[in-house]
Amino acid sequence: MPLVGFTMEQIGIVSYGAHIPRYRIKAEVIAAVWGKDGQAISRGLGIFEKSVPSVDQDTATISVEAIRAALKRCTLNPTDIGAIYVGSESHPYAVKPTGTIVGEAIGATPDLMVADYEFACKAGTAAIQTCFGLVKAGMIDYGVAIGADTSQAAPGDALEYSASAGGAAFIIGRTNVIATINHTLSYTTDTPDFWRRAEMKYPSHGGRFTGEPAYFKHITNCATNLMTKAGTKPQDYTYAIFHQPNGKFPVNVAKKLGFTIDQVKQGLMVPYIGNTYSGASMIGLASVLDVAKPGDRIFMTSYGSGAGSDGFDMTVTNNITRLSRQKAPTIAQLVADKEYVDYGTYAKMTNLLFWE
Amino acid sequence: MKAGVARFWREIPQRYNFIGNKCGTCERVFFPPRESCPYCRRKSIGNMKEIKLAGKGEVVTYTVIHVGPEDFEEQTPYPIAIIKLEEGPQITAQIVDCPLDEVKIGLKVESTFRKIQQDGHTGAIYYGYKFKKQRQ
Ligand SMILES: [Zn+2]
Repeated sequence: MPLVGFTMEQIGIVSYGAHIPRYRIKAEVIAAVWGKDGQAISRGLGIFEKSVPSVDQDTATISVEAIRAALKRCTLNPTDIGAIYVGSESHPYAVKPTGTIVGEAIGATPDLMVADYEFACKAGTAAIQTCFGLVKAGMIDYGVAIGADTSQAAPGDALEYSASAGGAAFIIGRTNVIATINHTLSYTTDTPDFWRRAEMKYPSHGGRFTGEPAYFKHITNCATNLMTKAGTKPQDYTYAIFHQPNGKFPVNVAKKLGFTIDQVKQGLMVPYIGNTYSGASMIGLASVLDVAKPGDRIFMTSYGSGAGSDGFDMTVTNNITRLSRQKAPTIAQLVADKEYVDYGTYAKMTNLLFWE
Repeated sequence: MKAGVARFWREIPQRYNFIGNKCGTCERVFFPPRESCPYCRRKSIGNMKEIKLAGKGEVVTYTVIHVGPEDFEEQTPYPIAIIKLEEGPQITAQIVDCPLDEVKIGLKVESTFRKIQQDGHTGAIYYGYKFKKQRQ
């Protein structure tokens, strides 16, 4: 991709890291409990297995592990971080920000802006936009955007095959940028496709309503608007990442927009780890950055129920060759490091048996 | 209430970031940090320097807990180890993400950030270090 005539301000990703809990449960093991055909469900959803958090893991611990991985890869002093925004729909506390725990655990406190974000599965990409804006405005040198979740689905619900755990963290700045964010925009409406009321443990969803008027409409419009603004076409991109609630939606939306499976597959992790909600598109982006080369152009569109999409047009710079990517595990390594659990252990680990 | 919110809050630097200290006279490292060096005593007063430990070490000895205390019942059986940190101090901590038959004396471990305990379903959540196998 030619970088000639590139006049945009060089703000973007400085480093990145991710965390995926190492326990997995296979879709067919869940299906067997409910008397369903596991192979048919796996094929239908495009999900073979999903990650399961341990009883001692939550969105705060996953966020801390992800940003610590990002810090290992670079030489940034944590006290130079001016803001931390954590996006999740499973913050451990309803009132008490996850970002405060993360800030303390990386030694970035106390001269620090912190807030938790909530926008279903796109809260983490909203955090990237906030950090980008703060850096661009000159209010901070570096900001941290995290998307992480330990999502739950009611036992027996269709979402039980996909709701999983994981997260990714991105340091946004204007020095040693490994991937510039050339353009970002969002597309937002009031669409009740999926929700969870404040006092409820498990979410509710609008069934078939989750597809066409929600996921597809928002991603397609956001992606199209972004390419118009950037003056690009699908063929201009090396990689494309879309929110991945299952293995089918992102592939279908990519095709509809004119992207190929070759552009999508590096960032498509849902078949092996399930839907990590706020972590989903960001873990996909981390997987792309694990292998990206200078000049690669990256397209990303997240989706959050409720509903909205955030789009990003990014270009990988020469600095990526100087980032110590090997100092933290790649997404492929995190995916490969696993141990299977049975349904009983899964129920115990995710506290399925507890309700008030 | 168990240990209490105030005590956990005071211990956050140790629990989150392995903040210990070092005697300026004999260079011994302490974790958790000490007011003075038990070897140099008066000579060390005002001469203790705060340091951040790497959170890496190896298993000196371990045991497997089959009947866990409150808050840990769901995790049994799990290994608890005495770990000698690279900087010298020895601490007791839980080993996670490791099959029981892979836990052994001499195993190289590194810290991981986990939930340690919580005051039931309504109280505070306490975070801190546990250990996992060191990444190759
Ligand atoms: Zn001494």
